[in-house]
Order: sequence, then C-alpha cells, then structure tokens
Amino acid sequence: MSTQIPKQTEESTEADAETEPASKGDERRAEKRRRAAERREQRQEEEAEKAAADESTVELKVFRYDPQVEGKQEPRFDTFHVPFTKGMTVLDALMYARDTYDSSLTFRHSCRQAVCGSDAMFVNGGQKLACKTQISDLDEPVRVEPLPHAEVTKDLVVDMEHFYDQMEAVEPYFQTNEYPDGELEEQRQDRENREKIKMSTRCIWCGACMSSCNIAAGDNEYLGPAAINKAYRFAMDEREGEEIKQKRLEIIEQEHGVWRCQTQFSCTEVCPKDIPLTEHIQELKREAVKNNLKFW
Amino acid sequence: MYEHDVVVVGAGGAGLRAAIAAQEAGADVAMVSKLHPVRSHTGAAEGGINAALRDADSWQDHAYDTMKGSDYLGDAPAVEALCQESPEEVIRLEHWGMPFSREDDGRVSQRPFGGLSFPRTTYAGAETGHQMLHTMYEQVVKRGITVYDEWHVMDLAVTDEDDPAERTCHGVVAYDIQSGEISGFRAENGVILATGGMGQVFDHTTNAVANTGDGVAMAYRAGVPMEDMEFIQFHPTTLPSTGVLISEGVRGEGGILYNSEGERFMFEHGYANNDGELASRDVVSRAELTEVNEGRGIEDEYVHLDMRHLGEERILDRLENILHLAEDFEGADGLTEPMPVKPGQHYAMGGIETNEFGETVIDGLYAAGECACASVHGANRLGGNALPELIVFGKRAGRHAAGEEMGEAEIETGRSGDWQPADYEFGVEVGEAGGSGTAAADGGAVATDAESVVGGAVDRAQERVEELLSRKGRNHAEIRSAVQETMTANVNVFREEGRLEETLEDLREAREAYKDVAVSDPSRTFNTDLIHTIETRNILDIAEALTMGALAREEFRGAHWRKEHQERKDENWLKHTLISWNDGEPELWYKPVVLEGENKTYEPKSRSY
Repeated sequence: MSTQIPKQTEESTEADAETEPASKGDERRAEKRRRAAERREQRQEEEAEKAAADESTVELKVFRYDPQVEGKQEPRFDTFHVPFTKGMTVLDALMYARDTYDSSLTFRHSCRQAVCGSDAMFVNGGQKLACKTQISDLDEPVRVEPLPHAEVTKDLVVDMEHFYDQMEAVEPYFQTNEYPDGELEEQRQDRENREKIKMSTRCIWCGACMSSCNIAAGDNEYLGPAAINKAYRFAMDEREGEEIKQKRLEIIEQEHGVWRCQTQFSCTEVCPKDIPLTEHIQELKREAVKNNLKFW
Repeated sequence: MYEHDVVVVGAGGAGLRAAIAAQEAGADVAMVSKLHPVRSHTGAAEGGINAALRDADSWQDHAYDTMKGSDYLGDAPAVEALCQESPEEVIRLEHWGMPFSREDDGRVSQRPFGGLSFPRTTYAGAETGHQMLHTMYEQVVKRGITVYDEWHVMDLAVTDEDDPAERTCHGVVAYDIQSGEISGFRAENGVILATGGMGQVFDHTTNAVANTGDGVAMAYRAGVPMEDMEFIQFHPTTLPSTGVLISEGVRGEGGILYNSEGERFMFEHGYANNDGELASRDVVSRAELTEVNEGRGIEDEYVHLDMRHLGEERILDRLENILHLAEDFEGADGLTEPMPVKPGQHYAMGGIETNEFGETVIDGLYAAGECACASVHGANRLGGNALPELIVFGKRAGRHAAGEEMGEAEIETGRSGDWQPADYEFGVEVGEAGGSGTAAADGGAVATDAESVVGGAVDRAQERVEELLSRKGRNHAEIRSAVQETMTANVNVFREEGRLEETLEDLREAREAYKDVAVSDPSRTFNTDLIHTIETRNILDIAEALTMGALAREEFRGAHWRKEHQERKDENWLKHTLISWNDGEPELWYKPVVLEGENKTYEPKSRSY
C-alpha cells in the first residue's frame, strides 16, 4: 500500500455544536467547541499547505513485511509523504506516518533521546538511531529498512535475541574478590581509571555495531563489537582486580572472540554513542598478548 | 499459565531492584515488561541519587529537605525510610560496579541540587540513570532471574469482593508482543507493579513514549486508589522542541537562567532570593513561565540556560551528555551559546497508594517507583530523589513480597483510620463511558481459587483483544493526542477552575470516542497498534483522575498552583487526595498526611528558597 499526501476530510463543524445553549456551562461548551473546530480547520489548512508545497514534505520509502498478513508476506517498500518540520528526525517522520496514514507501520521506539537504544535502523544505507538522525541531513527519498544481518520480525523490527545472547556470553556483570571492610565503604577508583572505562559504559545495546560488522555477518558465533566492548568495560575496571581480569581475557580470547576482528572500523563509524569500539577491541588484543607473554 | 512466587511488572530501576531483592529473599521471581529491561526510562535519568554518605551530612537533614520540598505532603515514615536507606543502597550499587564519577581521593562524587542543604546528589556524569539501569540489569543477568521481555501486561488478576481491602491479587495477564499469545502469570506470593511514569498523558514531556501509566491504571481499575494525582512535576529545563531533559545538574554545577533581557531573573525578579536557580523545581518552573507570560521570554516561549562560564573542561567532565542532547535535539552548542529551555512534564508525585513497604490495599499487590505513592514526594519531588526511591522502595517491596518479616506499617492504606469523604461536585460525568466494566467487576460467579481468578482475567483479555482486532472503528492516535493537547493546555503549571472543568469535558468526549476505538492492523506479530490502543485507555483513566484531583484541591501547594486559591491552606489540606475507581464510578476521598517521624514531627513551615 502506498500512501499519498494527507487526504482532506471536510469536517462538519455544525454537527457537534449545541443547538440549545441553556446554561452558562452549555454556552461555554459551545464556545469551546467552536474554538476547537476553528483550531482544527486551521490545522488542516496548515497541513494541506505544507503537504502541497513539495519542498516542505519529505518522502520516505519504508520497508514493510509481516509474516502473517496477506499482501505483506512478500517484503516491499511503501512510500509516505510527511510534512517536514524544523528539527524533524527520522523517528518523528515514522511516527507521523504511522499515526496519520497507516497504524500498522511497526518499529521499536521509546525514549526519543538516544538512550534506550530501541530504534537502530538502516537509513539510506547506514545504521542509525532514528531518533537522533535529522531528516535535513539526509538525501531524499529517505530509505528506511530494518537492521541488516538480523532476522526481520515485522517491518522495521528485528529479532534482537542473538544480540542479547552475545552480550550475556561475556559474563557482563561486575566481579571482584575483595570488598572494603565497612558496609558503607565504597571501593576507591581513581579518576583516570573511571575515565578509561567511561566511553565503554555508554553502550545502549542498540545493535548498530553488530549489524554493521562483516565478520559478525559471516560468523554467527563471533561475540561482536558490543559484547567485546562490554568485556572491555569490566576488564579495564581496576576495581575488579587482577584475578578476575585473567578470567575476562580468557573469555574474549576464545575462538570467536577478539582475534576475529579485522579492524574495519565499521562498528566505530556507526556507533551512535561514539564509543571507539575498534580501539577497545585492539586494546584487548594487546592485553591478551601481554598477558600470554607473562606466562612464558 | 506461567507460575512464579513473585511477578514484577516493569523492568526499570524499581522493578530490577525489586526482583533482585525478592530473589535474595528466596523467591522464584519473574519480570514481565513491555520493553527489554535496558530500554526502560530509568536510563534517561541524568542528575543523580541523593544519599547522605558523608560525615558532615545526615539522613535527618535529607529528610528535612525532602519534607520541605514536598510542601509537607510527604508521609514521614516513607520519607525517613528513603533517607535512612539511600546511603547503603548507593554503596551497594557501587559494589555492583556502577561507574560513578569520582573525586581525587577515589570516592564517589556528589554535587549540589535544588532544595538540598548539602551537596548529596551522587552522580555518574549526566547519565546516572543509564549507569544505574545497566548496573542493575547486569545483576539480574548474573542471578539468572527470568525476564519475559516485550510482554505487555494488560490487567491484574484480582478477586472481586465488594470491598477492595478484602481482594487478593493472584497474578497478571499479559500479551506477548512478539507472538500475540495471551497468557496468565500466576504469582504465588505477590505482584509488584513497577511501571514507571505517565508522562504520555501530556504532549510536552521528558518521558518516553512507553510511559503510559499502565500500572497505575491497572491497579486503579482493580480497586486500589490513586493518590495525589494532581501533583505533577514540570521540570524547569527541558528542550522546547522535543521535551528532552536538560539535567538539573547544569544548575547544580553553576548554570544560570536568563530571560530575554539578559536578566538573571531568579534573583532579579525575586523568585528565590537565597537559592536562585537552585530553588525547588516547582518554584523555578513557575518563575520561567511568569517571565514568558510577562513578555520577557525568548520567542515568547522559553528562557536561556547558560553554562558557558563553567568552562569546557568541567562541562566535559561532569555534563558531557548535556552537550550531546542540546546539539542533537535542539541544535544548540552548550559550550558556545546558552541553551533554550522551558518547563515540561517530568514526573508524577502521585500514583498507586502504598504504605512504606510498597503494599497496596489489595492483598498480594505491591507498587514501587514512580508509579507508586508512599508518599515520599508529597506535593513536589526534589531533584535527585527519584533514583533513591527506586532502589529503596524496590528493595522493600521485593523483600516484603518474598515473605520477609518487616514489621507493622505506619502508613495506612485504603479507607481505614481517619479517612474522610469529599463533597466536591464535578458537574461533568466521570468514570466509565457506558460499555463493559473492567478489572474486578466481571459480574460472573465469584471466583475464589487463584487459578480461576487468573484464568478469568485471561479470558477477559482475550475477548478484549479479539474485539479490538475484529471490529471497525476509530484509531486511538487521535484520541490520545486530543487528551495530550487538553492536558498540556489546561492542567499545566498554572491551573484555573474554568479550564480544568473544560478539560474534564474534553476527557468525557475522549472517553466517548474511545468506546468506538479499533485496531486496524490485523497481525498477531508485533502489533504495536494494539498495544498503543490498550495504553490509550490507561492514559484516559489517569488524565481524568489527575484533573479531578486538580479541581478538588482548592489551594496552592508544591507543584499544584491554582489561580483562585493562592495560598497553602494547612487547616484544610494537610491531606492526601484519593480517587477510587469504584467499579466505574470514581469516588474522591481524603486521608491525613503523616507528619510524625521516628523521633520528631515535621511542623509545616512557610516554604521559601
């Protein structure tokens, strides 16, 4: 199904007007309805104006697929024309298209501010977070597809289970053998060490890196950039201690671990939180080598 | 049907902490959440966690600040629990590896925040919530706690005795978003609601699209009263075009607010002669809008928040996330120019009525976090007090639900003690708009055993989904946006009687329209149209209760400002607003605030900053 410029429906403003305003309350209600109708009309006019002028609408071509619904079982692209507003993001445009033209248009989204990691998509051929990608920065038509190298559940929604499995494969939780004595005593960590792990702790699990990685595409068991970054976050955290670090290095050195990375930097390029993923992977390789030399 | 000892609904900060606590207390726990845990909106919290960690600070001072901030509508046993237990909970997070910002001596950093007498806001950059959420989810992974993610809980499975206080919650019914399966979740010991905020009742909000107040609405329809719903926090610094939050940490670190004339209005116009920008949030939000209304706003809409003088190094060290947000969502460079900000809906002080252990009036039903109202925040929440609430009350609810002995609660729930009926006439019909009742009042034979209670709830949910999917009707989106529009226009920072009444009428229309709502996507796979349609019902119930509370409370207290009632009226209003669903005919009543703490009584004082 392809949708066009919003169709204008003539709304009767008479229909819901009170015929016999009896009380003050009724008068106020009638007045309010009249104002609401005016606002509605004005809004429709504005929308129509916007949609009419070509340069103020944006054309989206959106991937559609639903395994259950007739006509959508074969993947296709639908075109939506969305009135452009200043500051509009890809997510804003998708929401507009869904709420105005086709309520079955499906995508994950929640926080709208690049922290929940729900809305990584393939926009004009690159992995992007829809909520922080400005329409004005993109060539038209804007082509929106689900993340590549993941199974499509429906429209722009992909199955994240494999991504989550890889994240969980690196023992992604803090471990240490020595806590301070007092119950209200915090572990000390110097500023430099906190700074060292800071970028790695910003991961929002959006999956953009994994989707962009050629190695992950070819080796399903490869831990992938996000999970290795998670391992980095703990391995470099001095609060965990040497013993735990050894264990962490063993995990990332496994057959489908850091040595698979061919430093193509695609993960680093697409990361919406600017995490230097490739550098982190490289640093873990160096740590692993140093560590192995120690035992020779 | 799935069976567990404890079922936690929602997997943000409060839910994760509750699940961990319940599991540590020996329960078999499951979390059921419409989002994967790391997608929860706790992750968007920026500023920090208030905790009296240092020798020069004390939990008593924290409690005093919180009670003053609440404008004396917080309940002392809950406020004191928050302040006493926050330090150990913060240290626990540190022991779980949370990457807090650090001082030169390696200890966790704390900074000043609005309304605090000591810099006790413990933080991790301007991304404290993100770090806290991920740290706790890591612990859930470590413990192997079962998570049913992308399962939308539709309703509670509660018995249907006439008196809500005699009802028991046996579980929930949920819809698997991936597959369309509807299933019961039997909870042997208890259900803990931790569904977070309800910002989607408004259209300019810092809240996520998912924050539709599901838990509050579900509990309400099952018979638990909503408490103090009229108290909504409008955060003074949100980006004008999107509502994205700019942390109070900016002002905590020294950021300054200016009007269009370049005046530092918090001082120059006398809004807060002592604390200026660091006055309580309600005070600053009203000040900003007053500036705009008096013609000193920028583009008649917002004011400027300037942090340039803090210097690049300090900004990058403590507020880096703010630079990204201002750049990505408003195109402003916080290093070289002031950032535009205006008030936006941020937080619901009210919610599901609970005592200080998270128990509701219904046996086996708990609530914790933003969806709950113990009440910790009263009429206004202090910045930095939401995150400790999640971990302190999440933990308490989890332990209690798992069967740990925790003593007698001091806060009463339901119509016990000194409750009093309200005598307010709304002049507009409120409550269920015709059609079928929901939740407890199923009209069938009284189900007593747990299995049939859960089974009955599943049957009703199935019927409802089939009906929504099969019929033709209106799209929920227009109804939702009508609600958001009227709420934002009329139930905002400044409230007037006539416009509140108009809003109740608008909501009535929206309820009528919702009777004809239908889902046009026929799919059983990831049908977000269906989920949003179900959520919109929750938004309606909450918007109405909120507006009813705002109309009935004829005084000015904390975040609730009334044009016709310009003062706090302690002689009449040191009491909580309660609204009971009452099987579709909402009923308003009150109960007194508890100002008696462990060792002292918090005497209401005039509140100035």
